[in-house]
Amino acid sequence: MVRLNWVCPEKSNSNSGSNMIEVKDIHKQYGDTVALEKISLSVDKGELFGLIGPDGAGKTSLMRILMSLLLPDGGSASMNGLDVVTDYKKVRTITGYMPGRFSLYPDLTVEENLRFFATVFGTTIQENYHLIKDIYQQIEPFKTRRAGKLSGGMKQKLALSCALIHKPEILILDEPTTGVDAVSRKEFWEMLKRLKEMGITILVSTPYMDEASMCDRIALIQEGHLMSVATPQAMIKAFSEDLWVVRTKKIYPTAKHLGQLPSLISVNSIGQVLHLVTPRGKHSVESISQFLFQNDETEVSVEPAEATIEDVFILLMNNRKSKS
Amino acid sequence: MITKEPVITVKNMVKKFGSFVANDNLSFEVYKGEIFGFLGANGAGKTTAIRILCGLSSPTSGQMNVAGFDVYRQTEKIKQNIGYMSQKFSLYEDLTVYENIRFYGGVYGMNIADRKARTTEMLDRLELTAYKNRKIGDLPLGWKQKLAFSIAILHNPKIVFLDEPTGGVDPITRRQFWNLIYEAVEKGITVFVTTHYMDEAEYCDRVSIMADGRIVALDTPEKLKEQYNAANMDEVFLKIAR
Repeated sequence: MVRLNWVCPEKSNSNSGSNMIEVKDIHKQYGDTVALEKISLSVDKGELFGLIGPDGAGKTSLMRILMSLLLPDGGSASMNGLDVVTDYKKVRTITGYMPGRFSLYPDLTVEENLRFFATVFGTTIQENYHLIKDIYQQIEPFKTRRAGKLSGGMKQKLALSCALIHKPEILILDEPTTGVDAVSRKEFWEMLKRLKEMGITILVSTPYMDEASMCDRIALIQEGHLMSVATPQAMIKAFSEDLWVVRTKKIYPTAKHLGQLPSLISVNSIGQVLHLVTPRGKHSVESISQFLFQNDETEVSVEPAEATIEDVFILLMNNRKSKS
Repeated sequence: MITKEPVITVKNMVKKFGSFVANDNLSFEVYKGEIFGFLGANGAGKTTAIRILCGLSSPTSGQMNVAGFDVYRQTEKIKQNIGYMSQKFSLYEDLTVYENIRFYGGVYGMNIADRKARTTEMLDRLELTAYKNRKIGDLPLGWKQKLAFSIAILHNPKIVFLDEPTGGVDPITRRQFWNLIYEAVEKGITVFVTTHYMDEAEYCDRVSIMADGRIVALDTPEKLKEQYNAANMDEVFLKIAR
C-alpha cells in the first residue's frame, strides 16, 4: 500500500543551500499604499528569526505572501526551495501558520479542531503527538470544550498545536504574543525555543522590542522597509552614536530639559531611566552633567551605556525620517 | 501634582459571574493627579474592575466611589466625569478627524464655544490641523491612538481610564503618547492605565498587580522593586504573577 507521505524533509528538499526561507525583492502595494518595499531576506534552517516592527509595518503582508495566501506585486520568495507562487500547494504542506487573529473553528471542540487540521494534512494526532505534547498537555484537560470558549492563553496554545500537527519544516507565527501578559509571553518564547531545538525553522513577528533578544536573528521593519537585519547582539554593537543613561527622580521634567541639549539626537524614557543619544564623540559625562546642573537638575546621574534594540529601532526610524 | 485626596475609592469590591469570582474583595484608592498602573495577567479580572469603575457594569457587592459619585446609583454622573480609551475601540473610521471631535464633544455635552476652543488647541498640539478633514481610516495607527487619547480628555474629565492604550504602536509614538499622558496629569487629570509593557509600569506613580481576581501588590514601582528584590518591574511582575 502506498501511503502518502505529506511531510518528508528529504523528498521535498529541492533546496541546495541552507536557506529555508528566501525572500527576494518582494514588493506589495495596496492602491497607493506601499506595504512592502522590495524586501529581501533569508532565514537559515533551524533558525528562530524575528520580524520586529509596529502595526502597519508590513509584517503580516510578508507572512501571508510566504504562506501563499497573498500574491506579491513583484519579486520572488521560496520556502525550502519551493516557490510560493508556482509551488504553493507544496509550500502549504511543509509550513505551519498561526495568523494574528484567532482562526480556529469556535464551534468545534479543542480535540475536534486538532483532529481536523491533522486530517486535512493527511496525518493523525497520534503520529505527531510528540511534537505538540508539551503544549497540548496544558489544554488537554479541556479537550471537550469548544474552542470559542477558551481563554486567550489557551486559544493560543491550541492554535500553535494545530499549526504543528502536520510536522511542518517551517513555522510562521504572526504576532503570537500581542496583547498577552508578560508571564504568558515568556512561556510562549520558551515553547518556541523547544520547537527550534527539534529542528523547526521559525519566523515570528512581534511589536515588542524586548522580545528581540529571544531570536537568533531579527529584522527591524517599519513602513514596509527593512531597516536592518542582523543578530540582536550585532545590531546593538553597530549602534553608531553615543548613548547615555540618565537617572533622575523626575523623568518627564528632566527629559524636557535634555530636549534642549545642543546637538541632541534623541532623548527617550526606557523604563525607569532616560536614554540620551548624541553624535559620536560630541558629549561627555561632564558636558551632560554640567548642562543638567545649569538647568537646576541636581539629583541626576549620567553614565555611558549600551543601546537596547528599542534604541536601535528609534535611531533607525529617526534616520529614515530625516532622509525623506 | 499628586495629593492624598482620593478620586477613586474601592472598598471590598466583589463581582461574581455565576459561581466564578472575577473580582474577589478588592480595596484600593487612587489619588487625585496620579498615574495609577493597573496590572495583571490576562484573565486576572482587570477589565471587569474597569467596567465597574466606569459605570458600565454593576458590582455584586462592596462600596465604590468614582470622581465623587457612587457606582450603584450615579453611573451617569460618573460617565460625564471620566474619559475612556482602549486600543480596540477608538474612533469612527468613516468620519473625519474634525467630525469625530465634534461628535464626542456632543456626547460629552460640551457647549459650542468650549468645544471649538478645545478642538483648536488639541489639533494644534497634535499637529493635525492640516489633516482635520481627513477620514480617520486614512490615518496611521499612531496618529489615531494619540487622537483617541486627546478626545478621551476633550471634556476635561477628572479621571481618564486607558485600557492597553499603546498596543502595537512604534516606539517613538509610544513615547509621544506618554508625553501626552504627562501633560494631562499636569492639567490635574488622574490617569488609570493598564498595560502589558512593563517599562510603562515604571512610568506610573503607583502600581497595583492583580492575580486571580485579587490585588496581590500595590505600591510605587520603587518600593515594589525593593520589596521583591527585583531589578525592574518586569521581574516584579514575573515573581508575582507566575
